[in-house]
Amino acid sequence: MSIDTSQLAEDLIRRVEGAEDLRSLDDIRVEALGKKGRITAEMKQLGQLDAEARKAAGQALNQVKEQVAGAIERRKRDLETAALDAQLAAEAVDVSLPSRPERAGKLHPISQTIDEIVAILGQMGFEVAEGPDIEDDYKNFTALNIPPEHPARQMHDTFYLADEAGGVDMTTVLRTHTSPVQVRTMESREPPIRVIAPGRTYRSDSDMTHTPMFHQVEALVIDKVTHFGHLKGCLQDFCSAYFEVEDVPLRFRPSYFPFTEPSAEVDIGCSRKDGELRIGAGDDWLEILGCGMVHPKVLAMSGIDPDEYQGFAFGMGIERIAMLKYGIPDLRTFFDADLRWLDHYGFAPMEVPTLIRGLS
Amino acid sequence: MKFTLSWLKEHLETEASLDEITTALTDLGLEVEGVENPAEQLAPFLIAHVTEAKPHPNADRLQICMVDAGDGKPVQVICGAPNARAGMKGVFAPAGAYVPGTDLLLKAGKIRGEESNGMLCSEREMGLSEDHDGIIDLPADAPVGAGFAAWKGLDDPVIEIAITPNRGDCLGVHGIARDLAARGLGRLKPFDATPVPGTYPAPIAWARAADIGDDCPYVAGRHFRGVRNGPSPDWLQKRLKAIGLRPISALVDITNLVTHDLGRPLHVFDAAKVKGETLTMAKAEGGEEILALDGRTYRLEAGMTVIVDGNGPQGIGGIMGGELSGCTEETTKVFLEAALFDPTRVAETGRKLGIDSDARYRFERGVDPASVDWAVEVAARLILELCGGEASEITRDGAQPDVTREITLNPAKLKSFGGADVPGEEAAGILERLGFKTRIADASITAVPPTWRPDIEHEHCLIEEVLRVHGFDAVPAVSLVRADGTLPQPILTLLQRRTGFAKRTLATRGMLEAVTWSFMPRAAAERFGGGDAAMQLANPISADLDAMRPSILPNLLSAARRNIDRGHADPALFEAGPAFRARGEDGQDLVVAGLRAGKTGPRHWAEAPRDVDAFDAKADVEAVLAACGAPVDKLQVSTDAPDWYHPGRSGCLRLGPKVLARFGEVHPGILRDYEIRGRVAAFEIFLEAIPEPKAKKSTDKAGAKTRPLLKASTLQPVTRDFAFLVDADVPADKILRAALGADKQLVAAAGVFDIYQGAELEGRKSVAISVTLQPVEKTLTDKEIEAVAARIVANVGKQTGASLRA
Repeated sequence: MSIDTSQLAEDLIRRVEGAEDLRSLDDIRVEALGKKGRITAEMKQLGQLDAEARKAAGQALNQVKEQVAGAIERRKRDLETAALDAQLAAEAVDVSLPSRPERAGKLHPISQTIDEIVAILGQMGFEVAEGPDIEDDYKNFTALNIPPEHPARQMHDTFYLADEAGGVDMTTVLRTHTSPVQVRTMESREPPIRVIAPGRTYRSDSDMTHTPMFHQVEALVIDKVTHFGHLKGCLQDFCSAYFEVEDVPLRFRPSYFPFTEPSAEVDIGCSRKDGELRIGAGDDWLEILGCGMVHPKVLAMSGIDPDEYQGFAFGMGIERIAMLKYGIPDLRTFFDADLRWLDHYGFAPMEVPTLIRGLS
Repeated sequence: MKFTLSWLKEHLETEASLDEITTALTDLGLEVEGVENPAEQLAPFLIAHVTEAKPHPNADRLQICMVDAGDGKPVQVICGAPNARAGMKGVFAPAGAYVPGTDLLLKAGKIRGEESNGMLCSEREMGLSEDHDGIIDLPADAPVGAGFAAWKGLDDPVIEIAITPNRGDCLGVHGIARDLAARGLGRLKPFDATPVPGTYPAPIAWARAADIGDDCPYVAGRHFRGVRNGPSPDWLQKRLKAIGLRPISALVDITNLVTHDLGRPLHVFDAAKVKGETLTMAKAEGGEEILALDGRTYRLEAGMTVIVDGNGPQGIGGIMGGELSGCTEETTKVFLEAALFDPTRVAETGRKLGIDSDARYRFERGVDPASVDWAVEVAARLILELCGGEASEITRDGAQPDVTREITLNPAKLKSFGGADVPGEEAAGILERLGFKTRIADASITAVPPTWRPDIEHEHCLIEEVLRVHGFDAVPAVSLVRADGTLPQPILTLLQRRTGFAKRTLATRGMLEAVTWSFMPRAAAERFGGGDAAMQLANPISADLDAMRPSILPNLLSAARRNIDRGHADPALFEAGPAFRARGEDGQDLVVAGLRAGKTGPRHWAEAPRDVDAFDAKADVEAVLAACGAPVDKLQVSTDAPDWYHPGRSGCLRLGPKVLARFGEVHPGILRDYEIRGRVAAFEIFLEAIPEPKAKKSTDKAGAKTRPLLKASTLQPVTRDFAFLVDADVPADKILRAALGADKQLVAAAGVFDIYQGAELEGRKSVAISVTLQPVEKTLTDKEIEAVAARIVANVGKQTGASLRA
């Protein structure tokens, strides 16, 4: 046996390590380890040796075989890594390019504000009631103790529908508040009652601070024990929760509404500095809502015995409290459907307000 | 309602500060709207001595004055007033002062080449009157260097308060003082109404027409002779000017004073101009005309209350007197009217004639019925005092209505209804101070309201009075806890929940929520299925908002157009709100409508945008319906969307006869009207039409939310594609349903992946579908797959006339 296994190994390994690509590496593998390869050929000649020499040469050849196979494996890995690197380099993109466009929709501040109100008052056990926008004058006025000659019924305040002759149908109005929903509730249910009625309302008014349509939420509580102190507590709790200001200062001013007695207007403490309004601090007051104990005539007209039951009602403008909380300067912009405004003042759809998660 | 602090103190003996008074007013429900002290604005204006005045070298009408404002250092002032002269005392405003009458800031400068360092002022320049004939010429003893406003007595804050409609009694300073006294801010001073004896019988008598009834239940007055009318005294003029009234003459100023001081409107006739011996409260016949004191002629309607003499109407009852019988500077004989008028009638007449007067304002809120009798005395005293002459005996007709009533207050209700801890005695004391007569018996308070409080009707009114004076702030706030003290319960109805799902789903899909008017132009309403006469507004805010909207889409199209005009090419908007079909409770639908205009997005390096189309709208609809829990896979598509949609690119999604939604591209003709180029995909979803989820059969409440067990097969699904040739008008949906129906066990899904319609197909189309087979028990053999495929081909063929494409 004359072969020099170490020479063979060295030769093959050098060639393996010099392989430029996977194909030539495979050629080398066949040449070295294949059926007609050099190591195989050497193996075949082992039979010519005596037992002792055959054993030694066999071991040596096997060692070469292993070394070469290992070298091929290493080289293969290296070549693959290099190939992948090259591929990755070729695939590189400019990740500073803008991603594919997706639109982000938003909810209107009115929707979000209503959801916030419902989240707070729902916690106090108020249900949400609804009613039609086109009402009869009885539910909008008469049942609320607003007499026929009351100025609110004038055509410069209230929208009426036309009659068949093109005149005025004084019995059909666009509701001027959501109070008719309270009337509907009282007429159809037995106390105890806790409802809120958010919705569209209409008044014949259009200027810097008035729009012919706006939104109100009204609340009604009727039972045997709720008194004026509860009204104060309910509104105190509501305002603190809604404006997210602890112990927000409130001022209850005696006022007059035909459907409540005693009646109050509620001012919220604020400060006005350099044109910026801040709720909950300072020495200024801002009117935010009207309220009172439900007038006994109103209860009686809706079939509830005022000697047995009592309760309170309050109502406020949704746009107004949204403007105050979110710093929206102009009421009229609520109804413009300007994309820039909707996107700027709107709310992401996942921001579902709850008291435990946080309102906003 | 305006008054000054000093005026208030004529009626209220008080040590309270201005701050305490204004705080108390607001707390009492007499909301302070403003406090203004004219002296503050006039602080820089000083009394000055003109030490020298010589002609201006470069102007004929100007003079160069040296003015000493008390510091002994006269400054040069150029003055154009003809009455400026050396030695006079005037009012000087130095450079830097704000001049309210001209709304200018004074600057030092040169006038025609001569320096001027301030201004000698007229009354108009100070905003005190319209007088601009010359500069103010003060008496010689005016103290040089003193502030003019304080010297003139202008340092008297003017308080303006809002009076709610139920508080007519506070439309006079006396009533306001009464509320403050009740609150504990001082003592109410009574006003002098002691009778003024008449010295001769009244030559003119008051009468009430037979049919006047409650429109004028009571009138009284008296005649005065030998009076001298002229400017009223300074104190009266000042008082009226302070609250923005223009002094006219002593007689007229007296009526204005009593109106604002005691809340009692009066009228004075020039008795020499009254024809006949009676003035009668009568109902207008209709058609008469009257020239009123405001200089305008009004045509009366039948039934309006008028004051009539032999010449006809001389006044509109409770609203305004007539010009022809009004008092002038020459008046020497006066006839006084103190009457009661029906508030409703006054309001109606005032509204119809469009007259807002101080008298109307008070009468329509209710004037104290007892005031007729005391007003003739109060007025007589003032007339005799200011104008001299003598007063006749009193003439009257009708009678003071008896408004006496007793109302009982159970003091326990102050707590149980009012939430306040007010002892009965304290409550009775408050009522007494407000003018009620009270007595306490059997633990209840019986109260007789004063004549000036027609608004007090029942026990609640008494609670309100006590609470109001006691202070709303003093009522402890009590949190409103849930009735049963447990965790909150769900409160929203299914429809309310669905509305929220719909809004949030569409926002998630990239649409912005808009809120638009419930009304729109009638022409738009007509084009979108509405515009009925019954749904028109009688008094729209403007002509283009005169119809209740039958659909939300026109408003969204207008909004899209506005946004496109602003440069936002592809708006995607939606709105959830009412659409109106008819009047009445069931005449309005809760609709979620939306539109996407233009392209699917902006141009982008990776992805070209495409035109929006009906399938964008359909996807929006399906997403909303799915979010709302509608059985989306059971919905049928029909192609009968209304004519504001593209007739070939629109549809309805329905459950049997019930249309849940319609969708499609907006009709190009409409887009042309709205001047929108490109396509618009729109939809309308009728939330109320979505059926309620089927009730669970299980009566076990705990199980109501459990879902059926998931049967997820471990076996590999198999996909097979089919290309069908079918008549072009066969809906693809029908092919898919036939495929799904071919083997309900095995066919799990089917979708269309290609549509081809070429001339060589001769009016037919090729629809390629992919069908997923989901084995349940064991892997399918080739033979079984072939068998299912054959059933699919057969069923599709049977249902649609389709054949497999060769």
